[in-house]
Amino acid sequence: MTADLGYGMTLVALGLALYGGIAAGAGARSGRTALIESAQHAAIGVFVLVTSCFALLTYAFLTFDFSVRYVATNTNLGTPFYYRITAVWGALEGSIILWAWMLTLYTIILIVRHRVGARELYPWALATMLGILAFFLLVMTVAAPPFQRQMPVPADGRGLNPLLEDTGMITHPVALYLGFTGFSVPFAFAMAALITGRIGDTWLVLTRRWTIVAWYFLSLGLLIGGWWSYHVLGWGGYWAWDPVENAAFMPWLTGTAFLHSVMIQERRRMLRLWNISLVILTFGLTLFGTFLTRSGVIASVHAFTQGSIGILFLSFLALVLLTALGLVAWRWEALRSEGELDSIVSRESAFLLNNVFLVAAAFTVFFGTVFPLLSEAVRGVKVSVGAPFFNQVNVPLFLSLVFLMGVGPLIAWRRASLESLKRNFLWPVALGIVAAAAAFALGVRSLLAALTFATTVFVAVTIAVDFTRATRARLRVGESLLPAMGGLLLRHNRRYGGFVVHLGILIIALGVMGSHAWSVQTETTLHRGESAELAGYRFRFDGLTAVEESNHFKVIGAFTVSNGRVLGVLRPAKKFYPQEQAPIAYVDYRLGLREDLYLVLGDFARDGSQATIKLQVNRLVSWIWIGGLVLTLGALLAILPERHRTA
Amino acid sequence: MKRLWRWLIPLAAVPVLALLAYGFRVSPRDIPSPLVGRPAPAFTLATLEGAPLGLETHRGKVVVVNFWASWCYPACYEEAPVLERNWRGYRERGVVVLGVDIQDKREAAQKFVGDFGLTFPVAQDLKGTVSVDYGVYGVPETFFLDRQGRIRVKHVGAVTDDVFRTTVDRLLAEAAPR
Amino acid sequence: MSRITVIAVAVLALLGSAAPAATAQNAKAVDEQTVYDIAAHLRCVVCQSLSVADSPSEMASQMRAIIRERLAAGESPADIQRYFVERYGDWILLAPPRRGFNLLVWLLPLVAVVVGLVATAALVWRWTHRSRGVRPPPVAVDAAMSERIRRELESGS
Repeated sequence: MTADLGYGMTLVALGLALYGGIAAGAGARSGRTALIESAQHAAIGVFVLVTSCFALLTYAFLTFDFSVRYVATNTNLGTPFYYRITAVWGALEGSIILWAWMLTLYTIILIVRHRVGARELYPWALATMLGILAFFLLVMTVAAPPFQRQMPVPADGRGLNPLLEDTGMITHPVALYLGFTGFSVPFAFAMAALITGRIGDTWLVLTRRWTIVAWYFLSLGLLIGGWWSYHVLGWGGYWAWDPVENAAFMPWLTGTAFLHSVMIQERRRMLRLWNISLVILTFGLTLFGTFLTRSGVIASVHAFTQGSIGILFLSFLALVLLTALGLVAWRWEALRSEGELDSIVSRESAFLLNNVFLVAAAFTVFFGTVFPLLSEAVRGVKVSVGAPFFNQVNVPLFLSLVFLMGVGPLIAWRRASLESLKRNFLWPVALGIVAAAAAFALGVRSLLAALTFATTVFVAVTIAVDFTRATRARLRVGESLLPAMGGLLLRHNRRYGGFVVHLGILIIALGVMGSHAWSVQTETTLHRGESAELAGYRFRFDGLTAVEESNHFKVIGAFTVSNGRVLGVLRPAKKFYPQEQAPIAYVDYRLGLREDLYLVLGDFARDGSQATIKLQVNRLVSWIWIGGLVLTLGALLAILPERHRTA
Repeated sequence: MKRLWRWLIPLAAVPVLALLAYGFRVSPRDIPSPLVGRPAPAFTLATLEGAPLGLETHRGKVVVVNFWASWCYPACYEEAPVLERNWRGYRERGVVVLGVDIQDKREAAQKFVGDFGLTFPVAQDLKGTVSVDYGVYGVPETFFLDRQGRIRVKHVGAVTDDVFRTTVDRLLAEAAPR
Repeated sequence: MSRITVIAVAVLALLGSAAPAATAQNAKAVDEQTVYDIAAHLRCVVCQSLSVADSPSEMASQMRAIIRERLAAGESPADIQRYFVERYGDWILLAPPRRGFNLLVWLLPLVAVVVGLVATAALVWRWTHRSRGVRPPPVAVDAAMSERIRRELESGS
C-alpha cells in the first residue's frame, strides 16, 4: 500500500509540474495573471506532494517496511535508527527524491520572494524551475522509482552500504545537493532574461544572493566530502580526483568565476554575454555531475548504477544546453555590448584574469575526466587520468588564483595609479618575499611549498592592509576600536564577507600544501609488542580484539602511540558485514593542528600475534577543515541583508 | 555571414554530448589485456594438498588457468560447476584446468573446493605475484593457453560451457608443437 | 542477531594461521618512500580512482609488496613501472604517458590558458582604446530595478 500511495503521489506531482510549467509560460506570453497564479498553485501542490513522498519513504524506512524494494535493499533489521533516516538518500532513488524535494523548496522560496518584485522575469523563471522539476519527477516515475513493490516481502533487508554509516552521510549529500539545485534559480532567471529580452542587470541583481548561497553549499558539500573521505574511506586522503568528485568541483569553479564576473557587470555594465554563458555552463555542469554519478559511463567510487537512467539524464542535459545556448545565439546582438576599460591595470583586469584561470581549471578537470572516453573512442585504447595528472596541471592555475585573490580586492576599479599600487602592495610583496626566504631558511626545499607560502602571506597581508587602513580611518573620526571593526564588517558586509572567505581559502591552501609536501607514510608488519617508528612517533602493537555489533562483526587492533610520552591508544579496525564481500577498513586517527596520526589495519593473524598496518603522519590537514569554518563565516557575513545606513 | 557564426555556440555542445553518448557503448571495467598472444608467465605454487603446481609441467597441453576467490559471489560460484564439468570431460584429451585462488584464507578456499567437489589442481596465490603477473584486476578471470604455452584468450567474468568448449576445441584443433 | 553470531564464528574460523599475505619484513633494504612514489603512479585495479599507494585494499597491499620485492632485488622504478604496464596496459598508469594522442590531454589545458589570456588581452586592448563618444544603448530598467538603485544610492553602500 505504501508503495502504491507513494507512486500515485509521484505521478500526480509530475502532472502538476508539467501543467504548472506550461501555464506559467503561457501566462507570461499572454500576460494573463490568472494562468501564472494557477501555476503558482500547481507549484505549491508539487511541494506538498513531494514532501509527502519524502515523509512516506522515511516512514517506511523507520518502520522496516520491506514491502518497498528500496527499503529492503538499503537497510536491514540491524541498521541503527539514525542511519535508517539517512539511508533514505543513500542510494539512487532516494537521491533523486532529495534533489526533487530541494528543487520544490527552492521553487516555493522563489515564488515567495520574487512574485511581486520581478514581474516580467518571474513567470518565465517559474516555468523553468517547474520544467526542471518535471524532469526529475519523470526520472522518479520512470527510471528510478523509489516506491517499487518488493514481492514477496522479505523477512530482512539487505542492509545499508557500510561506508555510508557515518555522520558525513547526513550532511554531505544534503549540502552538496543544496548547492547543485541552488544554481537552478540563477539559471532560471537567466532563461527568463533571455526569453523576455531583459538581459540587463535585473536578473543578476535578483539572483545575487541565490548565487552566494548555492556557491556556499557547494563549497560546504565539497569540504564535507573531503572530510568524509578522510575519516571513513580508509585511504588517508581527502580528494582523489575521482570523476564524481570532479563533477562536483567543475560547477564550483565556474560558479566562483560567475560570482566574481557579475561584480564587473554590476559596476561596468560589461560582460553580459559572458555572465549568461557562465551561469548556463554552471547549471549544465551540475546536470553533467548527476549524469556522471548515475550513468556508469565513467567508473567511479560514487557511481550509483547503470541503465536507462543515464540516457534520460543525457537527453535532458542535451535539451538544456541546446535550448539555453540557442537562446544565447538568438539574443546575440543585444548581449554583445562593447565594453569600456580605462586601464589595463585595474580591478576589472584582475577579475578577468580570475575568470580565465577558473574556467581554464574547469576545462582541465573536464577534459581530464572525459579523456579516457575520448581515447577509447578515437584510438580504442583505454588510459587512466588520475591524481598525478590533475595535481600537476592544476597547481599552477590554483596558485595563480590565490595570487589574484590578493591583487583583486585592493587594486582600484577603472585605473590603478602607480601611487595606489605602491601604497597597497608594497608591504604585501615585501612580506611575501620575506616569507619565502624564511621558509627556505627553515629548511623548506620544495619550490612549490615556498611559492605557496609566499603567495599566502602576500594575500593575507593585503587583507590586513585593507582592514587596518579602513579601521584607522574610522578611528580617526572618533570611533573606538571594536565598534569600528564591527561596524566595518557589518556595513560593508559584502566586501568583508568576501575577505573572510578569501582568508578561509588561504587556510585551505596552506592545509593542502602541507598535506602534499610534508606528509609521510609507511607500511609494516608488527608482532605483538613490536613497535614501528615514523616521524618521531612510536606505534606499539598491543593485540587484537573481536567485537559483535548490531549489523556487523569487528576486529579491532590496539596500538599505543607515544612520542616520548604515551599519547594514547589508536584502534583501527576491520568490519565484516554479511552483505559485503570484502571487509571494510575502519581507520583510527589522532587529529592535531600541525599533524594527524592515521592508522589503517591491514592483514592480521587469527591469534592476534601479528598485524600489518599502514601508518601515516599527515601534516596540516586540519587546516583544511578550519579553513572551511572560516569560509562559512565569510559566506554568512556576505549574505547578510544590506543595512540602511546612517552615516 | 557574421550572423551565422553565433550558432556555433549551441553547436559546440554537440560533440561533447556525442562523446558522452558513446560512453554508453563501452564498459569502463573492460580492460583489454596486453598479454594475449604472448607467452604465459610461468609460476610455481603449491596446491591445497601441498603438491607442487608448476605451469611448465603442463606444456604441450591446452591449459585453462582460472583465477577465483571464495568471496567472489555470485560469478565464481556460477562458474565452478562449469569448470569441474568441463575438466572431467576434457582431461583425457590433453586439457588441464588449473585454479588459482587469490586473496583468500586457506579454510575458505578448502571449503569452496569441497562444496563444489573440484578435482582439478587448485593452488593459492598467497602473495599475489601470480595474479599481478597475469594482469588480473578482478575475479573471476580465465586464461586459455595453447599448447605452446601462449595466452590466446582472456575471459573476464564467469566462464560458461559455451565459452569453454568453443575456445578449448579451437585450441585443441591446432597442430601440436614439434 | 544469530546471523551475526554465525558470521562471527565463520570469520574466526576462516582466519587461518597462515601469515598475512603482505609481509613487509624484507623491506629493510628498501626505502618506503620510494615504494610509495612508485605506487602513487599506479592505479589500484580493484578501486575506482585510488592509487596503489593510497588504496587500503588487499590487492593494492600485495602490489606494494611486489614493488618492495623488486626494489630489493635491484630493479629501478622505471623497470617496475614497465613491468606493470606490460601486464595491464597503459591503463594502469594514473597519468597517461606523454606521447602520441595522450599529449592532447597534457597540452590542451595549457592551450586553454594561453587562448584565454590572449583573448582577454585582446579584449582589454580593444576596450581601453575605444573612442569615448559611442555609448551602448541603455538597457531597459524596470521599476523594481529603479527602486533598488534608489535604495542603494541612498544607503551609500
